[in-house]
Amino acid sequence: MARHKRNIPEINAGSMADIAFLLLVFFLVTTQMDTDKGLRVRLPPKLDENQPPPDTKQHDRDVLRVLVNANDQLLVEDKLMRIEELTEFTKRHLTNEGRLPNFAESSEKAIVSLQNDRGTTYGRYVQVYNELKRAYNEVREEYSRAKFNKSYEALSVTDKNAVDDKYPIKISEAEPVDYGEGNN
Amino acid sequence: MAKFRKKKGDKSQTINTSSLPDIVFMLLFFFMVATKMRDKEVMVKTVTPVASEVERVEKKSWVNYILVGPPQNAERDGTAPRIQLDDKYGSVEEVDEFIILKRNEQPEAIRDYLTTAIKGDKTVRMGLMTDIKQELRNANALKLLYSSTEGKVQKD
Repeated sequence: MARHKRNIPEINAGSMADIAFLLLVFFLVTTQMDTDKGLRVRLPPKLDENQPPPDTKQHDRDVLRVLVNANDQLLVEDKLMRIEELTEFTKRHLTNEGRLPNFAESSEKAIVSLQNDRGTTYGRYVQVYNELKRAYNEVREEYSRAKFNKSYEALSVTDKNAVDDKYPIKISEAEPVDYGEGNN
Repeated sequence: MAKFRKKKGDKSQTINTSSLPDIVFMLLFFFMVATKMRDKEVMVKTVTPVASEVERVEKKSWVNYILVGPPQNAERDGTAPRIQLDDKYGSVEEVDEFIILKRNEQPEAIRDYLTTAIKGDKTVRMGLMTDIKQELRNANALKLLYSSTEGKVQKD
């Protein structure tokens, strides 16, 4: 069989750009960039009604009580506080290590109890939660710099766990009280 | 000086556009990978709070969204905050049902990794949020994310 050579005709690719632009515009219109970022929280598991609640009596000094009322005011350890001071105050609580009698005995035992009113706005609640989380993150960062001479982000998994065990994030979101949801 | 003198009668040069499709395709693939389809109509206004200590979710398909906020269409739906589950309004009692339904759609192996993201408006009162949180506890969906915008927090 004689193979006859054929000239392969060149495909005109001039409209390729138009087609690609069309697709591009289609995807630009129908899709959205998602910014899935947020504060990560772990809820406590539901209590079994048949069983008595576990005996978790905490020493008063280990618990930092933070209250946010319906007017979005902040009450920390029964004292009115501005939000700017909260992170510093929480850090003092976490890094106390038994020095001052009204702060936590040790960082492992320290707990932050966050209680809100049913009338507190969600924005304020997240803001307060963010400040508490910041206190934990900063304390962890300082500890890992002092101990491993590295940023917390750069630590290995085992070292990270060591830091996490030293400063475990215990932010308890207590059941809200209802004094003044009022008419929202 | 004669060196730089332009030749008269020169035709304007054509720009070579043969690499244009490549560039556009590159953009196209970027958008195909980095974005996702707009799959549901958002019916509530959610201006999420600003937070600095935000974390990313591991995988978008592992996240279920609950939207809470005042309705977009105030004339039809009023101004009181509503909960949007997928593409319809839901009551607080329907939240646990919704989460369990969503969980059963997923393969067994990843059910423990599912996260619920609450996209809540700043102005919503915590009473409603707490009720939702209790429902999530009922459904045993304990991994929660308060969706927030990353940024510097405004102090008062």
